[in-house]
Amino acid sequence: MTEVLPRLETRDADADVGGTRDPWLAVGLRVLTASPIGTIGGVILLFWAIVALFAPWLTAYPPNRIDYLLIADPYPSRAHWLGVDNLGRDMWSRIAHGARTVLTVAPIAVLTAAILGSILGLLAGYRGGWIDALITRIGDTMLAFPKIILYLIIIAKFGASAFNIIAVIGLTSAPIIARIVRAVTLDVKNRDYVAAARMRGESAAYIMLVEILPNVRGPLIVDFFLRLGYTTIAIGVLGFLGVGLPPPDPDWGGMVKETYGLLFVYPHMTLIPCLAISTLVIGFNFLATGLKEAGQDG
Amino acid sequence: MAETGDRVREWPMPDGATAPTTTAMLTLDGLGVEANGRRGSSRILQDVSFDIAPGEAFGLVGESGCGKSTVALAVMRYLGRGLSLTNGRILFEGRDVAAMATAELRALRGNRIAMVYQDPMSSLNPVMTIGRQLIEVPLLHGETDAAKARARAIAMLGEVRLPDATAMMERYPHQLSGGQQQRVVIAMALMAEPKLLIMDEPTTGLDVTIEAAILDLVTELRAKFGTAILFISHNLGTVARLCDRIGVLYAGRLVETGSIRDVFKAPAHPYTRGLLAALPEHKAPVAGGGHRRLSPIDGTLKAADRARTGCAFAPRCGHVEPVACETRPIALTAVMGDGAHMARCSRLAVVAAAKPSARTSMPAAAANRGQVLLALDKLSKRYDLTGRFGFTSGASIYALSDASMAARAGETLAIVGESGSGKSTLAKVVSGLIPATSGSATLRRAAPHSSAPGGRLREAESPGATEDTGALHTSAPGGRLPTGESPGAMQEEIGTVGVDQRSPDTRRRIQMVFQNPDSTLNPSHSIEFALTRPLRQQRGLSRADAKAEVLKLMERVRLPADLLRRKPHQLSGGQRQRVAVARALAGQPDLIIADEPVSALDVSVQAAIVNLLGELLETGDLALVLISHDLGLVRHMADWVAVMYLGRIVEYGPASQVFAAPFHPYTEALLEAAPKPDPDASAPAIVLKGNMPSPTERLAGCGFASRCPKKIEGVCEREMPPVRQFGAHTIACHRELSGGATTSV
Repeated sequence: MTEVLPRLETRDADADVGGTRDPWLAVGLRVLTASPIGTIGGVILLFWAIVALFAPWLTAYPPNRIDYLLIADPYPSRAHWLGVDNLGRDMWSRIAHGARTVLTVAPIAVLTAAILGSILGLLAGYRGGWIDALITRIGDTMLAFPKIILYLIIIAKFGASAFNIIAVIGLTSAPIIARIVRAVTLDVKNRDYVAAARMRGESAAYIMLVEILPNVRGPLIVDFFLRLGYTTIAIGVLGFLGVGLPPPDPDWGGMVKETYGLLFVYPHMTLIPCLAISTLVIGFNFLATGLKEAGQDG
Repeated sequence: MAETGDRVREWPMPDGATAPTTTAMLTLDGLGVEANGRRGSSRILQDVSFDIAPGEAFGLVGESGCGKSTVALAVMRYLGRGLSLTNGRILFEGRDVAAMATAELRALRGNRIAMVYQDPMSSLNPVMTIGRQLIEVPLLHGETDAAKARARAIAMLGEVRLPDATAMMERYPHQLSGGQQQRVVIAMALMAEPKLLIMDEPTTGLDVTIEAAILDLVTELRAKFGTAILFISHNLGTVARLCDRIGVLYAGRLVETGSIRDVFKAPAHPYTRGLLAALPEHKAPVAGGGHRRLSPIDGTLKAADRARTGCAFAPRCGHVEPVACETRPIALTAVMGDGAHMARCSRLAVVAAAKPSARTSMPAAAANRGQVLLALDKLSKRYDLTGRFGFTSGASIYALSDASMAARAGETLAIVGESGSGKSTLAKVVSGLIPATSGSATLRRAAPHSSAPGGRLREAESPGATEDTGALHTSAPGGRLPTGESPGAMQEEIGTVGVDQRSPDTRRRIQMVFQNPDSTLNPSHSIEFALTRPLRQQRGLSRADAKAEVLKLMERVRLPADLLRRKPHQLSGGQRQRVAVARALAGQPDLIIADEPVSALDVSVQAAIVNLLGELLETGDLALVLISHDLGLVRHMADWVAVMYLGRIVEYGPASQVFAAPFHPYTEALLEAAPKPDPDASAPAIVLKGNMPSPTERLAGCGFASRCPKKIEGVCEREMPPVRQFGAHTIACHRELSGGATTSV
């Protein structure tokens, strides 16, 4: 799902090129190749996306099969490419299946945040007045809390589940997205095309969703990928603190938590999931940077 | 490239021709600049050669994207990243700028060469006082005594005619008006007594009256300090007023150069001819209604044109001949054996022989023409300022006061005035974006075609007709309704009604064309969407009908249908503005408000939009309210003119009468200040000083009194001026203007 690239607004110096609507794929490719850093990010994400998508076929062992006999020599071998963990479970299989969880939960959580944040930001920016004051204040209050404490409070109260993680991340990220959307809305709502829409008698909902929202997508898309990176970290942290996805399903943060005691004995057990988290986050960040650059001088 | 017909500068010209050859202050010799980006390189400037003698003013004109500013940057060696000087030399006082060391360059910039940019606010540091910024200049360039530097700064502020120079030193840029800021920037540029002053569109963002004052100032300072000036502008009028010689730049090449007089009187290159022909006549009798057509230059400047081997203008030229124009590079050649006037055209003789295309004048006869569609009566808009904690602070901005006028079917009502005069507020009130505080605006329905107001004479066709019987007088609201019309159902009050409260039909009947082509269309939507939506929403057309109607609209604004799938950023400014006109037409409105519809466009495309607006009026059903600061345009388009100052109408009447004496002093000053593309036009006799008073004050007398050159002491500031009436023409002024009967307000 991460390789899905939305159309980006590109500024064309010459009004005469690019006559018709570009095919969707071509735009995606152009954005990816527009900056080297974006290309690297894209390749990393493509790798993880393929791993996640084809995990059952790319792995030889089920992720949760415990084989105590393997603990004697847990290091990477021909049979177990990345070795096995403290319970003798295949690391590669757990990493690959762990990618599935992260790449499902993170995008859904961020999408939730984006939708919620966009609605709030549009309302605050377009309506102004007390609605703006209310939304902004509540958002600011939420942002004033350290996020990790908010996560712990909510998950400790409602229990650790994929749904709760999505809800808590969606809720805590929404104010930041609302802030971005509000800022763009404040600018865009004074543009002449919004005045033209008002003079046509368009409804406020139409103006917000059709006239304003599409113009927010540039910063929103960049933020979306950056936030996917943050969310990957957040999921890892929750897993590490033991309030992530419930065991035994593989979860990168949980893998680190279960094995970090053995860091100096069997370093691969801890470092490999760490590396997986880092590369995925770097991939998201690079792609966000690449999209930003593509948007600037496309 | 070097052996083109360029003037040879290293040795005197054979017959000792006009140009000061050996003593040139600045010499550009075959200048070439390339941009190198990730997508390959492109030529930005190519073979640009000219020189400027000490004390001479050289104007560089051309449309946006032709490389004017790059020339200025190249001279300062300020070319940005990715731009590099590839050919030619830049000699300043005989020394090659490209070969200078960094230290030498630093001594040169700001000291020997100074620059004035378009936007004064971005040239001034907002956190430093004017004084500190001025004193910095001499201190940087060798002055050690701070007191002396300060004295010089104060003297220089006096030179640029800023009032109370000592107090001005302590102020911050934001406390000054745009015109004052630009004066400070000019003062700063002149502090180091530069030999060459580069001015890049120094007056573009300013009002005509301020512009006239700045141009006056530059002319005066130039005479005083003997500074050479490189004046970059897109406005031929300002160049004609200020410069001795002119260079016309197109697609990075100098296409014509010569003395102002030669180039304006006998333009040789088709592009120059086109530019001059595209301007509305400033001497002809007031045309009105836009019935006369202007001659736009077809097409637009494309990035690819810069790479052409032959003439870059060939794709837009009416005289193009493939072999002569497109196969080989074309050199600057002397026009009619005159070494000082040169043009880069291979078909000079053919072009010179060609007559400028006759401007077609359209017959105008339509049933509804002249019927009042919109009548404003004492329309006012006041903003109450909110103080702390949301309480009213008591202060108010009087954006619009007692505006009364009428817009008629088939005719143009032009509203002119400086920025802050309330003309845009008026547009917003009529469009409903801001409801008025008091007064009324009545939108009427045109009578059915059968009841033609009996053979009313057109102003433009019969300039002799002084008394306009069909005209509804401003101060007589309600007035005479067209025959066969029942007043009740046929008119609707819209003045104090916001757009959200208006009926869908009323909304449909008033549409607007906005100023800025960049923000008039939603960048996220295709052209097709932008046009289809109003058709479906306002006229309730089905998808298929709307599609057919969109094609008709595109045809009506002369745009090819294949643009429909594009996004606004893929269109040129002129094309976008046409789409905006098409969008306004989609709902079949009765009234179109055009707020500065061409001011953001290049001269060559302006004419096409002006023609388009003129064509719309031909049907006779549509009324146009044109808001503009460009008096040339107003003269060309308007049937009726309202001159506004400080939210009030100071003069109103049929265009032919407003543009003829007697004038309100403000109208007179505006007319004088408007730059005319004619080197023989006399310098403006009246240059307004000072600024418009703050609109937060409720003045007892005439708002213009503080700047009026003909003020009657003790009367004008104290009493509201009476409205003097000359037939349909009204002037609000205390002075006795010949032939007027006075009525009280």
